[in-house]
Amino acid sequence: MTSTKHTIVALVEDKPGVLNRIASLFRRRSFNIQSLAVGGSEHPGLSRMTIVAVGNSAQIEQVRKQLDKLINVIKVSDITEENMVTRELALIKVKATASTRSEIMQIVGIFRANIVDVAPGSLTVEVTGDENKVNSLLGLLHDFGVKELSRTGRIALTRGSSS
Amino acid sequence: MKKTGAQILCESLIKEEVEIIFGIIGGAVLPIYDTFPQYPQLRHILVRHEQGAAHAADGYARVTHKAGVCIATSGPGATNLVTGIACAYMDSAPMVAITGQVAKSFIGKDAFQETDITGITLPITKHNYLVTDVAELAKTVKEAFHIAQTGRPGPVLIDIPRDVQQEQTDFVYPDKLDLPGYKVVSRGHPAQIKKAAKLINESEQPVIVAGRGIIISQAYDEFKEFAEKAQLPVTHTLLGLGCFPGNHILDLGMLGMHGTGCANMAVQNADLLIAIGMRFDDRATGNTREFAPNARVIHIDIDPAEIGKNIPVDVPVVGDTKSVLAALNEVIDRREHVDWLSQIEQWRYEYPSLEIRHSDELLPQYIIHQIYKATKGDALVVTGVGQNQMWAARYFVYTKPNSLISGGGLGPMGFELPAAMGVKAGRPEEVAWCIAGDGGFQMTIQELATIRQENIAVKIAIINNGYLGMVRQWQELFYERRYVDTKLWNPDFVKIAEAYDIPGIRVKRREEVIPAIQKAMEYPGPFLIDFLIEPEENIYPIVPPGESLAKFFEPAKPEVLEGKL
Repeated sequence: MTSTKHTIVALVEDKPGVLNRIASLFRRRSFNIQSLAVGGSEHPGLSRMTIVAVGNSAQIEQVRKQLDKLINVIKVSDITEENMVTRELALIKVKATASTRSEIMQIVGIFRANIVDVAPGSLTVEVTGDENKVNSLLGLLHDFGVKELSRTGRIALTRGSSS
Repeated sequence: MKKTGAQILCESLIKEEVEIIFGIIGGAVLPIYDTFPQYPQLRHILVRHEQGAAHAADGYARVTHKAGVCIATSGPGATNLVTGIACAYMDSAPMVAITGQVAKSFIGKDAFQETDITGITLPITKHNYLVTDVAELAKTVKEAFHIAQTGRPGPVLIDIPRDVQQEQTDFVYPDKLDLPGYKVVSRGHPAQIKKAAKLINESEQPVIVAGRGIIISQAYDEFKEFAEKAQLPVTHTLLGLGCFPGNHILDLGMLGMHGTGCANMAVQNADLLIAIGMRFDDRATGNTREFAPNARVIHIDIDPAEIGKNIPVDVPVVGDTKSVLAALNEVIDRREHVDWLSQIEQWRYEYPSLEIRHSDELLPQYIIHQIYKATKGDALVVTGVGQNQMWAARYFVYTKPNSLISGGGLGPMGFELPAAMGVKAGRPEEVAWCIAGDGGFQMTIQELATIRQENIAVKIAIINNGYLGMVRQWQELFYERRYVDTKLWNPDFVKIAEAYDIPGIRVKRREEVIPAIQKAMEYPGPFLIDFLIEPEENIYPIVPPGESLAKFFEPAKPEVLEGKL
């Protein structure tokens, strides 16, 4: 069985230690997390967690079932095969001199990204999109010199009105 | 009227029909212990080490089907519970472990006897709680018992800071639970049951692998009807022994590393494997790639995460074994498997499981079998871990439901004595035999004091070979007899018993075995027998680690002492 990237979405209780329970489960069962993003959901007291994990389908099915056993996890689904919207946000601090600044700004414009901070030797770019978009922009900015990078990891929802 | 956290805890335990608590007092649980005299219906058994409290609660839970309760103070008290909690977790025994914690204002400050016990026990509990508000305490206890005792049972830990035990609030025990993330599937899906029945009806060479799940849901009658109706031979995991009469014509005994030749041959040649309430532990399956190579697999278990975890499954049925088996019994055909059963009888003849070879030395197999004969199987057998456990599994015939209590998954040496204590405390009307190894016995030997103080009439048989025997056997077979650090200098166990005011005798010869067992059984209180056995006796057959179950071996057939016992 081949390993692929899976997007797992979990609705979890917003209580102390819940993130630790989930992270501990991944460690304990030797599952690899590529990214984990967590924040509020439409239900008060519940958070929505998006986990990107790499594994074959049997491993991911184990992850899903083991997560589902946690008392603080209300609902968990692997939405990889579903029609979904995924987004990631990245902040990129890139070296900018008088001669490169305008070129960087052009690239940023093409990607519909924003400049959120300007300093004498650098520009900070905010980009939102799926991973490919973030990766492509990063690739282009790489040659100018990326000084700092912070990515949120993927968040995801299924498309359509069903929940 | 307002009540303290300690009072609320005690009253909540009473609401949950707790009768016995195993524990040790300490600084961070002083307020709880201080209220015990107000609640005489709670019997506290003072153990001598917290590991003993957890194993005793586990033993109690396994024979009463109720959560066992243990209590320990913060820090070292709590960490000493860990082995016992891990054991209950691996074997799905319901337990509520209560620990004191330093006062809230000290948490995170590395205070005296502070330890992050909820963090430590995260991967070995079904769930755990740190209660920081006394108003949450009653609800937490209610949830803890519910989680521990339902679905696939397991241990739940409640950590209570010392100040929360002293704070006051109104006591209201909630009627309802609010656990949106906790779902228990009890009934199997009808379509899956239909599919399973079809495979069973079509199978020519079926075999059941019966696990502890059948005992947990007390599905003895449903299971017997199931096996008999479709004439399905029964093999057991270690913890599945005691779910079906061991002397039944369809019973093949335990499978796996030290399973009977007959059970392993049947599994390896089956065309259908019906796994019930078990989790395909490596000691049961051997090499999983070569496990039951020709068989389709039906797996019935209440825990969906067990399905496909270790072995690919053709037809999973998630549900409580009792209701799933009852549903299956409605739809399976009454069948006979004459050819298959005669093949099995051939294996049973070829690999007799109860033969004991001739020896001038005292053999453990003989001792265990004599305990079986003396009790007529009407006893609860609590084992340690290692050779004593395997001999107890193989040479006692489990005809009584739920009569083997053993730390199967974790394999904690030292389980036997405190667990036997819990078993006997929970079922005082039963005879409880503790089958100990001389190594494991010394790991929790201090509980002799508890047994004496509470006068718990456990019969202790030390299967004493002067070795950490199972490891020595592996050294003999797989490490060219290099017995590194397995030879034990032992104290005089009879004198030790005497020091604890418990009568004991030493047995060195075969003819002394039966009178010694009789003497132990006639004595009204706890009794110890130190059996000095042949030091290098092995447990056979053995499947070498990592090998297929078909690769079991035993030395060439020696002269037989008693034939088929």
